[in-house]
Amino acid sequence: MGPEILRDISFHIPDRSFQFLSGPSGAGKTTLLRLLFLALRPTRGLITVFGKDRSRISRDELPLIRRRIGVVFQDFRLLDHMTTYENVALPLRVRGREEASYRNDVIELLKWVGLGERMNVLPPVLSGGEKQRAAIARALIEQPEILLADEPTGNVDPPLARRLLRLFLELNRLGTAVVIATHDVGLMEQVDARRMILSGGRLEIYD
Amino acid sequence: MTDATERPRSPEARPVANVPSPPRRKMAPIVPEQNIAGRALVLVIAIMTFLSCLTLGAVTLVRDSASVWENQIARGATIQIKPSDGLDMEAALDSAARIASGFQGVKSTRIVDRAATSRLLEPWLGANLNLDELPVPRLVIVEIDIASPPDFAAMRSLLASELPTASLDDHRAWIDRLVAMARTTVMIGVAVLVLMLSATVLCVVFATRGAMAGNGHIIEVLHFVGAQAGFIATEFRRHFLLTGMKGAAAGGFGAVVVFIAFSFWSSMNLATPEADQATALFGNFAIGSAGYAGVVLIVLVIAALTAATSHFTVVAYLAEMENRHPDH
Repeated sequence: MGPEILRDISFHIPDRSFQFLSGPSGAGKTTLLRLLFLALRPTRGLITVFGKDRSRISRDELPLIRRRIGVVFQDFRLLDHMTTYENVALPLRVRGREEASYRNDVIELLKWVGLGERMNVLPPVLSGGEKQRAAIARALIEQPEILLADEPTGNVDPPLARRLLRLFLELNRLGTAVVIATHDVGLMEQVDARRMILSGGRLEIYD
Repeated sequence: MTDATERPRSPEARPVANVPSPPRRKMAPIVPEQNIAGRALVLVIAIMTFLSCLTLGAVTLVRDSASVWENQIARGATIQIKPSDGLDMEAALDSAARIASGFQGVKSTRIVDRAATSRLLEPWLGANLNLDELPVPRLVIVEIDIASPPDFAAMRSLLASELPTASLDDHRAWIDRLVAMARTTVMIGVAVLVLMLSATVLCVVFATRGAMAGNGHIIEVLHFVGAQAGFIATEFRRHFLLTGMKGAAAGGFGAVVVFIAFSFWSSMNLATPEADQATALFGNFAIGSAGYAGVVLIVLVIAALTAATSHFTVVAYLAEMENRHPDH
């Protein structure tokens, strides 16, 4: 057992809320997001997701709960052997949907995030910003109930960062709760939103 | 869950004109086609399948030959009559032949006549041998129906009571020795085959795990986009079943080619000293249908094994992911 990364943390993410999760590097932002995304089990403590106790969720239920959560990884996690279009369509494909039923949605979303010209390209030839947008598009394609984004604007220039932020705000307006983990003070200053600051393993919330 | 087709669109969404849409091609497979580890896996499976099939072929060849030898010897028995004072040899031979013929399971009897007996002894005693001058035992050859052999014990006791100098040799001693030798040979062959198959199983398991190791990130991504464990396992199982099939089929095909080549060589060289030697030892040197059926079985087992290994690796990987803790 190593040292505890997070302790004495208690918070609630309401439906349709919008918040930033901030704090210095190594404070545990990514760990907290992974706990929320059910990618990690807490060593102790209680996590309730969509009204269910994390420790009581069976392995068979996990994928069904994850489908209600969109996640944008800091390292994108795109599959290199699939085109941008196929990567973004992956969440729909694993649900067993026919391509014809989602094709137009995927194309429309890719165009919106500015990847209309890059949809038949494999991730290794995409720039960092393009990969970021593809990862965001993949998280949004099913309009999740909550979106967790880890440094989603870390690899894009300020105009595109503002555009992505507008996208997140728009998604929130349409009913998705959004948690954006970021260092970017400039980004946070653009929106008057709840801020959750992690420091030394503890969490302070500024509503 | 909201269906994507009903997803409310952002008012900012402005479809860009003249953007090429993806061509309607087949979607890339979820598990990528082949990487270096995948190609190495195909090669390892092919080689191990080939060697296993050759071992199986050798075992069936020995087993078939042993059974041919056994049948050939079991087809006959011999009654030997030793001369004694006052014995009318010709009458005794006739009587022995008659007694033997009376048993069920005896197809025919043949008395080895004086000329044939002389020829048998010629290498040792020279030509122009007068059989009357020497107490030479005489033989009656009894041809046996292998399907229902006669009661040798009853035949032996009847002969002993009627012709005290007659003895029956049913070749049992030879057959027993031959059967023992053939069984030993087949057992050694089977042991080699079991070792070969075990080595193949382990090679296939480790090579599959090696090829799977490069796919951990795919399992993770599928897991995080909400794929169920069954879906992920099925995708990998299908991919590795195909990989296993390719390798095993190539190895099995190679083995069949070798079998056919041997049998062709054997038939081309009939009547040469080398082929006579091989024929004496292995009959017609052809792998029987059991050998070919075995090849098909080995190919299927190895392909299934590859698929099963990938399945269990995926399931274990997913279970490990579910149980990760922050400090691990």
